[in-house]
Amino acid sequence: MSDNVLKVENVTMQFGGVVAVDNVNLEVNAGEIVSLIGPNGAGKTTAFNVITGVYPPTNGVVYFEGKKIVENYPRGKMKKLYKTENNGAYTHAIEPTPDKITRMGVARTFQNIRLWSSQTVFENILIAKHCRVTAGLLSATFRMNKLEERRQREECDELLRILGLEGVRNELATSLPYGQQRRVEIARALATQPKLLLLDEPAAGMNPQETQELTAFISRIRTDFRLTVFIIEHHMALVMDISDRIYVLDFGKLIASGTPAKVQNDQRVVDAYLGVSEDA
Amino acid sequence: MKRNRIPQFFIIVGAFLLLLAVVLMLDNVPGVPVMLLIVLRKGAIYALVAVSMNILNGFTGLFSLGQAGFMLLGAYTYAILTVPVENQALVYQRYPNGGIGFSVTESLGRVLGQPGLLLGVIICLILGGIVAGVFAYLIGLPVLRLKSDYLAIATLGFAEIIRAVVQYEKLGPITNGSNLLSNFTNFSNFHLGSLKLDTVMPFVFAGVCIWVITLIINSTYGRAFKAIRDDEVAAEAMGINLANHKRMSFIISSFFAGISGAMLAMYQASVQATIFKAAMTYEILLIVVLGGIGSISGSIIAAFLFVGSSEWWLRFLDNTTVLPNFNAKLLFAIIFAAIVVSIVFLVVYRQNKAQKSRPEAVGRGRKILSLKLSGVITLVVGTLLLLGDLRFLISPDLQVPLLRSGFRMVVFSIIVMIVVLFFSRGLMGDRELPDLFRTRHKRL
Repeated sequence: MSDNVLKVENVTMQFGGVVAVDNVNLEVNAGEIVSLIGPNGAGKTTAFNVITGVYPPTNGVVYFEGKKIVENYPRGKMKKLYKTENNGAYTHAIEPTPDKITRMGVARTFQNIRLWSSQTVFENILIAKHCRVTAGLLSATFRMNKLEERRQREECDELLRILGLEGVRNELATSLPYGQQRRVEIARALATQPKLLLLDEPAAGMNPQETQELTAFISRIRTDFRLTVFIIEHHMALVMDISDRIYVLDFGKLIASGTPAKVQNDQRVVDAYLGVSEDA
Repeated sequence: MKRNRIPQFFIIVGAFLLLLAVVLMLDNVPGVPVMLLIVLRKGAIYALVAVSMNILNGFTGLFSLGQAGFMLLGAYTYAILTVPVENQALVYQRYPNGGIGFSVTESLGRVLGQPGLLLGVIICLILGGIVAGVFAYLIGLPVLRLKSDYLAIATLGFAEIIRAVVQYEKLGPITNGSNLLSNFTNFSNFHLGSLKLDTVMPFVFAGVCIWVITLIINSTYGRAFKAIRDDEVAAEAMGINLANHKRMSFIISSFFAGISGAMLAMYQASVQATIFKAAMTYEILLIVVLGGIGSISGSIIAAFLFVGSSEWWLRFLDNTTVLPNFNAKLLFAIIFAAIVVSIVFLVVYRQNKAQKSRPEAVGRGRKILSLKLSGVITLVVGTLLLLGDLRFLISPDLQVPLLRSGFRMVVFSIIVMIVVLFFSRGLMGDRELPDLFRTRHKRL
């Protein structure tokens, strides 16, 4: 088995007649930072949602650490509607809910920050630990899980300390400035003890300085937590700076992949972003 | 932080024991108004059911209206299991050979005396809760996929169905059809020496249950519930299984609703399906909203206030009262007008202030203002009509009844509307009683 952490194989996501993700193949190797870029509406977030189980793909397989976690094939209404390739390549359906995939070790953040608004920073992170809880309802109620609870709280404090968030520990998460909310969201994802971290536009709405800080932050957590990171991003500064490899998506199709330098000079990528002149 | 947690625990336990002592005293000192005792008993039971509803509506964010149905299940389970054998022929008059042929409390009571009776009551209360919980599980399978209003309608429908099923003639030998179940073990069967325990027992049971609920809410599972309430998508992405946790919350809520239903049966010493109507669920919902959605102590306080007002303090409004003479009537009309004008003024004033601070919200503000104004005007007109119009201004000798039967509910509704209009977060918002004594936002 190769050392790729995430492998997406022939994944197609079709909504009715609209093909949002078209037969995409990509791989993310252990320890890498890989970016997925593309113009608006290219299907990046949809690809993320397929990987994290928000919706099952129409066709294709997703492997995590060599294990099949998601699989589907065109069936039911989609049988007739299916437009693209590899129809009939797969015959099974594995459709785990997002929480299962998170427990396997894939954590994500959201494009529009989704922190739990009535909870403090610490509580946000502590709740993310819930998916690792082994105590049942009864033992948790009558506090027979004191050791586990204490361990989790210590882990959360440790996490806050590492990420430099201990100063806002008891603040309401949604009362923080935008940049810090992003960090808290990443911290929350880290609290689920992932091996693969998916970041959906982490630099959206940030100024250049904040973006720079975020770049350093992401590089740091990769080494500190021995993570593999997969990012969707629009900020080219961040993407080019940080990525080991880049995939470019346009109208649901992969149009280029490779090192930042290579992708930057790819004519199709330039066309996709800037548009093609009519008389060219 | 760890250090001051333990004293806090003792403070709460101490306060609760003190409360029990006071209640025990009230119960046994002659001269205490009966109404007070009734309010305390019913208030304790309503506090429990309101808190149980708050688990679902306030902490998990599931809008359910099935509480009366689960209370009914608990009440019937308890009553059926505890009617003494010799009373069964009397209770099930219309159904020869009705009844289950044994009584848990009676059997245990015969062997162990008073402690056995208590043990039997506790077992049957818990069984009542379990039956409600089992039904919640079954109902939850299809219903919990629904959200907000749809879930509310589905659970409301379930509660109505249960009420109809229990009254079904063929189930008569067990449920006694649409007749009363009575003569079962209730609070007045218990004595400590010569002391009556009628009021203390509901307090103890409700107190223990609410304590358990608090533990659940503050446990890792309770935190997961709150995460689901705040953002379902994020909760699921962070590894919280939505189906499992929603079901868990639904079952816990129903379990305690079942127990409170059984306690209500004990308090009333009889139980009949017709009292567990949707109106009862609305009363409980009202308590939850008034107390603050997501606040346990708010629900408790609101439960006592609600029961107090509806059973006792506002009772006088139902007695037909006639104002004596012209001057008194005029005075009353002036006072009333002053109140109305000041309410309207307050609304306008607050609205103006809001508009000044946020000019962009003017359009929306106007809309809300007109809504509030029309609400107030409706109240005023309605009340005036009920007051028996202002005919007395023309003919001073006309006997105009000021208060009359049914007026209590009008005043009650006005209070509720005022609370909802001006304090839309309820008494406590989502804070708890101890939070009021703290400056920093939160604990942990």
